Amino acid sequence: MMAQTVLKIENLGISFGGLKAVQDLNLEIKEKQLYGLVGPNGAGKTTVFNMITGVYKPTTGSFYLNGENLTGKSQETINHKGIARTFQNIRLFNNMTVIRNVMVGLHNQPEYKCGLFTSLFRLPRHFKVEKEMRQRAKEILDVVGLLEERNNLACNLPYGKQRKLEIARALATNPKLLCLDEPAAGMNPQETQELMDIIRTIREQFNVTILLIEHDMKFVSGLCDELTVLNFGTVLAQGETKAALQDPEVIRAYIGG
Amino acid sequence: MKFLETLLNGLSAGSTYAMIALGYTMVYGIAKMLNFAHGDVIMVGGYTLFIASTMMGVSPLLALLFAIVFCALIGVTIEKLAYKPLRGASPLAVLITAIGMSKLLQSLAQIVFGSATQPVDLLDLGSVSIGSLNVSMYTVITLLCSAVIMISLSLFVKYTRTGRAMIAVSEDKSAAQLMGINVNFIITITFAIGSALAAFAGFFMVLKTFNVEPSMGAMPGIKAFTAAVIGGIGSIPGAMLGGILMGVVEAFAQTSPVMAPYTDAIEFSILIVILLVRPSGILGKKRREKV
Amino acid sequence: MMKNAKWKQYVTYLVLICCTVVFTVLGSMKQLPFSTLLQLESATIAMILAASLCLVVGFLGELSLGHAGFMCVGAFIGGKLSVILTDSGAYGGNELLIMLVCLVVGGIAAAICGVIIGLPALRLRGDYLAIVTLAFGEIVRSLFRNAPAEMFGGTLAMSTPRYDRNSLFIIGFILVLITVVIIQNFIRSKHGRAVTSIRDSEIAARATGINVTKYKLMVFTLSAFFAGIAGVLFSYSQFSVDSKKFDYNYSIQILVMVVLGGMGNIGGSLIAATAVVVLDTFLQKQLTGNLAVLKDMLYALVLIGLIVYRNAPALAGFREKVSIKNLMRNLSKHNPAKIHDDEAKWDRVPTKIHIDEVLSVDVQSKSPYTPDKQWKEEE
Repeated sequence: MMAQTVLKIENLGISFGGLKAVQDLNLEIKEKQLYGLVGPNGAGKTTVFNMITGVYKPTTGSFYLNGENLTGKSQETINHKGIARTFQNIRLFNNMTVIRNVMVGLHNQPEYKCGLFTSLFRLPRHFKVEKEMRQRAKEILDVVGLLEERNNLACNLPYGKQRKLEIARALATNPKLLCLDEPAAGMNPQETQELMDIIRTIREQFNVTILLIEHDMKFVSGLCDELTVLNFGTVLAQGETKAALQDPEVIRAYIGG
Repeated sequence: MKFLETLLNGLSAGSTYAMIALGYTMVYGIAKMLNFAHGDVIMVGGYTLFIASTMMGVSPLLALLFAIVFCALIGVTIEKLAYKPLRGASPLAVLITAIGMSKLLQSLAQIVFGSATQPVDLLDLGSVSIGSLNVSMYTVITLLCSAVIMISLSLFVKYTRTGRAMIAVSEDKSAAQLMGINVNFIITITFAIGSALAAFAGFFMVLKTFNVEPSMGAMPGIKAFTAAVIGGIGSIPGAMLGGILMGVVEAFAQTSPVMAPYTDAIEFSILIVILLVRPSGILGKKRREKV
Repeated sequence: MMKNAKWKQYVTYLVLICCTVVFTVLGSMKQLPFSTLLQLESATIAMILAASLCLVVGFLGELSLGHAGFMCVGAFIGGKLSVILTDSGAYGGNELLIMLVCLVVGGIAAAICGVIIGLPALRLRGDYLAIVTLAFGEIVRSLFRNAPAEMFGGTLAMSTPRYDRNSLFIIGFILVLITVVIIQNFIRSKHGRAVTSIRDSEIAARATGINVTKYKLMVFTLSAFFAGIAGVLFSYSQFSVDSKKFDYNYSIQILVMVVLGGMGNIGGSLIAATAVVVLDTFLQKQLTGNLAVLKDMLYALVLIGLIVYRNAPALAGFREKVSIKNLMRNLSKHNPAKIHDDEAKWDRVPTKIHIDEVLSVDVQSKSPYTPDKQWKEEE
């Protein structure tokens, strides 16, 4: 039983004014895998995310989602094709309620299509779509445990819940690949444990492949099936989590010496 | 010859714009606000000249000195009263306050001096002929003055302690404060310098038209702001370049009978075209939001 | 709780309908003096303008200083068309029909300009966009001013169509109602939600798959359309239309209404618009002759005082203590944690004038990717 490749990255690289932030990155993520991207600060992890979500255009190489080349596409297109992300420095829609944040994520789902004219004149379809979107948003919020908070403003949530809301919003876009940028940053051990469970549930319930950046090694080794370790923009080690983390190069990069 | 004359006229009008644009750019770069009242500081300068030379009869140079000092004082006062309490508030609130300040200055001038145009007795400078080229002394003086001012301002910002502190405050206010820079003092100085430059611009304008009115600063102010944006707002050389470009375009547009009525439209269109090609202006630095 | 929120949505409509009915009754009984009629007309025009600008500033979060430009397009195109149609006796000389046609045409003409000005909006950041909209307004004004005098009156102002003075303000109120209903419906739909998400974080909106380009254009177009309608109405309410009227000062006056009304609050914009118009005419009446100049000064002082009071960080504690909202909350035991509306707190709305350009004396503009600054910060 061969799992299908969801994301394939080939020789991906980007340089900023002569400085190679990431070079020759190759990786393959299989369906429903939990894949980790780790490395010391400044290794280029977020830059990889920025490239595969279309924020930066790669200078070399390309990446494919389910075999479709998405290199150089706009952020919107890439999201429509099925890559969603969260941000390391949280970017919620702060002046909107929690449930509306998730409903923005549902905006492009074909089943909630509703033309401008329909909305402007409040035709019956508008109400039907709104009701369905609200229902679906509640379901998603339930998964990440934010259902109770749905009518609060996003900016009033505590840090840990804001991170969860980012995940919920990304999930709402119905992605094939979900990219989480340091989802556990700033969480206490209990919240981290909860988050690990949530991420596992999400994978099962939404049939989604997950790529995550994280510094917390316990989190990574407890969750990820496979890893890529980056340092100074190049791959240090790649493969099964345990093996990759025991690689002497990796230990040296983390501990020094 | 006609071409050269127009060019010189344009350069001198442009240096007036550049003077104003420098004030906009410096305040924008350091206090991070659009100082809509800046144009009206020119008018304050104009009326100071009017009081000094027409009513008190002092010599033009002394009148200019009065205007510089008074404008600098006004600029600093406005900052302390209206803008300082709003530091840290939303930029939009500051913008609206600046607009209110502009209206306040104009209406005060109307109350004190009336809305009619007042004549100012400054000396008529005559003109000089170089070969067949007939150039008014006005052009020569404005060009020389503004060249000196611009060069000394650049040197000041680049090489003095205060100047470098200005750049530091502009980069990061709180970091500069932590490094022991007195941010309030730097902002005060910036407003003083900007307003003093506006006084010069007022002087140039009065030298050309010999009269003052309450709304005399409004349109030149807006155009100079446009010029500052064309040059890349925040950039001192950019403000000069933008101002001079504006003046030259204006001079050439006004010589052609077809284009003359559309001068304003042409000037503003240049802004749009340049921003479409270079979204941060000619010499502006592009800053990217970090993702 | 939900019922309460639902009911609140329609307060604006209710108040507007009441106003319309009351004034219509008074008008039909010939109880209203001519000056009040004029005031009502100006108020409706101001309300349409403020509501439409609120869409751009309060909900999209972009600063527009050229709203009068759109109004100018509507006033000249719609007004001229109306004069032509009336003179040629089109539609059997039915004034109402002609007016409707002109309103739509004027609105569409302005909307086309909205698309044109929306295009640079896609490339420019807030503060730059603000100056571009200002420039646009001035360009439009200059073009109409210098068009052949037989078309738009040139410097002499264009003569305008007439309509029965006793019912023009009713049409005005109906137009306000239509504008508010459509704008509110837009905001409260999924499209409006997308627009507010762009305001809160453009990067996150893109990453969530929102078509930022489409929605920015849509908002500029919609907003311009209603400004154009206000322009047509304006040209009906004046004896002549002079392009001088539509300078950036007028745009700023509309912006002031929106800001005073509380950004992202349509109802507030309407109230502020009415207040500004009423105050304006009141002062104009009271301060005659030599005192007339005091009007501008008072206006400026009130504006500065109000803004400083409402925004100064130093006064935050004091504001909290004396705010009317707080009082109401205590009275009604309303739970402040539950906010159902898109109505955002006005001092937190990030209108995207990030002013972060840095002072520089360098002649070279550096490459956008300066390695030591740009990318190291990203991790």
